[in-house]
Amino acid sequence: MNPRRPIFAGDPSEVLGRHRGLLEASPLQRVTSVAGPLGLLALTVFAVWWLAIPFSQIGPGLILLVKFISLMFPPSTGGHLALIMTAMGETLAIAFLGTMIASIVAVPISFLAARNTSPSGILRFVVRRCLDTIRGVDALIWALVFVGVVGLGPFAGVLAIAVSDTGALGKLFSEAIEATEERARESVVASGGTGWLAVRFGLLPQVLPIVAGQVLYFFESNVRSATIIGIVGAGGIGLQLSEQIRTYDFDQVAFVVILILVTVSAIDWISGKLRFAIIGRRAVA
Amino acid sequence: MTSGVLSVPQERLEALLADYDREIARRRWRSLAVLAVLAVLSVVAGYFGEVDLGNLAKHISNFTSYFGRILPKLSYSHFGADVEDWYWNLGGWPRLLLDTILIAYLGTLLGGVGAFVLAFLAAANVAPNNALRWGIKRLFEFCRTVPDLVFALMFVSAFGLGPFAGILAIAIHTFGTLGKLFTEVIENIDMKPIEAVRAAGSRFVEAMRFAALPQVLPGFASYTLLRFEINVRSGSVVGMVGAGGIGQDLFVAIRKFYYTDVSAILLMIIITVAAIDLVTERIRHRVAGREVKR
Repeated sequence: MNPRRPIFAGDPSEVLGRHRGLLEASPLQRVTSVAGPLGLLALTVFAVWWLAIPFSQIGPGLILLVKFISLMFPPSTGGHLALIMTAMGETLAIAFLGTMIASIVAVPISFLAARNTSPSGILRFVVRRCLDTIRGVDALIWALVFVGVVGLGPFAGVLAIAVSDTGALGKLFSEAIEATEERARESVVASGGTGWLAVRFGLLPQVLPIVAGQVLYFFESNVRSATIIGIVGAGGIGLQLSEQIRTYDFDQVAFVVILILVTVSAIDWISGKLRFAIIGRRAVA
Repeated sequence: MTSGVLSVPQERLEALLADYDREIARRRWRSLAVLAVLAVLSVVAGYFGEVDLGNLAKHISNFTSYFGRILPKLSYSHFGADVEDWYWNLGGWPRLLLDTILIAYLGTLLGGVGAFVLAFLAAANVAPNNALRWGIKRLFEFCRTVPDLVFALMFVSAFGLGPFAGILAIAIHTFGTLGKLFTEVIENIDMKPIEAVRAAGSRFVEAMRFAALPQVLPGFASYTLLRFEINVRSGSVVGMVGAGGIGQDLFVAIRKFYYTDVSAILLMIIITVAAIDLVTERIRHRVAGREVKR
């Protein structure tokens, strides 16, 4: 009845010898665990040297930055409250319409890009590469292009967001289609449904909740991107914001930034509720 | 024979069918209501967004011909000379592209390190202090909601033109987004190792180092690599406000209608982003695979 009887009576070093592979890192792991951080460090040093980071400017710059921040208080509308609120409404309108157009256009494209619904492999490859290319170009660059096409104003922003999101949503939708359960479609076909009916009753009910969730998520993120495309003249609050920064009206900058923060968190809250409602319904079904 | 299959009495069947029709009708009405709300919102948004389809129809040829104009004139007979003409600035653009990648790298590194340190204090399951946790969460939110271009504009005013402003702007935005993602990763860990390490008498830092870190590291690495790729893309945009990188040249080329330059620079950016995408995806899969093996 010795309470401190050892559980294991053998020689610990002998056990260690038998299971060395489990307990100790292999030479390769040792090399990578040292070389990885060293490589990152070397790249950092190289980057700092290559970009010629002006260390002497950091001090004065920080002082200037503190001055900017002190100028932000108290935030003020500068007497342009109506103008700012209209611009914010414009931003929301750009995000909403851009997301709507993108999701409507992306649905048929995603059927062409998904492995299980695409009519041909070559078409699928071409559509995928097109979507990649569209996604590779930032929304701001699309905005610049569309300002050249339809002129200055929010319409250019709507088109820019619609195009750049079509690329992203098309890819996400096609992945959602590829992840569906084949059996639902098969059962519709087995009971005499045509291809179109199989998509409507076998595939769409599985895809729709995921798609709706992603569209809401993109709307949230588009409200954020719609705040900046105004910088290149594509409508929305970005124009005011960039002008105010350039003219050092930092009290107005603070007001607009607070307005953006409040709006974005309100949108996040609403669409979070909606997303939960949609996903909840799927869990019941 | 048929009575064996159809054993439901007629009146019961009619009641069931009526219920079914009512349910379908209810769902149709709900779908219609959602569509109507979306349509009304679209019209309102179209009014605010100054949507002008006539204008679009009139100028859409500009858009399509734009792509015709930015494409270089390459001919089969003197292909080499044409490509040389298209990429006339091979001395400058690759350097600027490297600038952009390094700006994205330093921005990701700075923001990632900051997010790494603070995420442990912001995760609901391990945070030592609730007030601190709330404050850090709001800080993350602030940093990711204010657009990076706004930060870039302010930093250009403070630190002067050049890549340093771009690095800081990207770092702050990365700090906000990665901070949120890291926090979520930590909130999803298995708490038992932490309890074990705590029971053995360790404090916060040791518990995080030996119980939380091994669980979260693959997730952190994967998100950071993903963010790096996104940052290369936004690094090409912050240049537009003078914060370094290839964005400045792209901006000038688009604004001044140097058509073939636009396609040359865009092609370089797209290929670079795609290559980084490919490499980081490989690494991400390897990291994730190692996690599964554990």
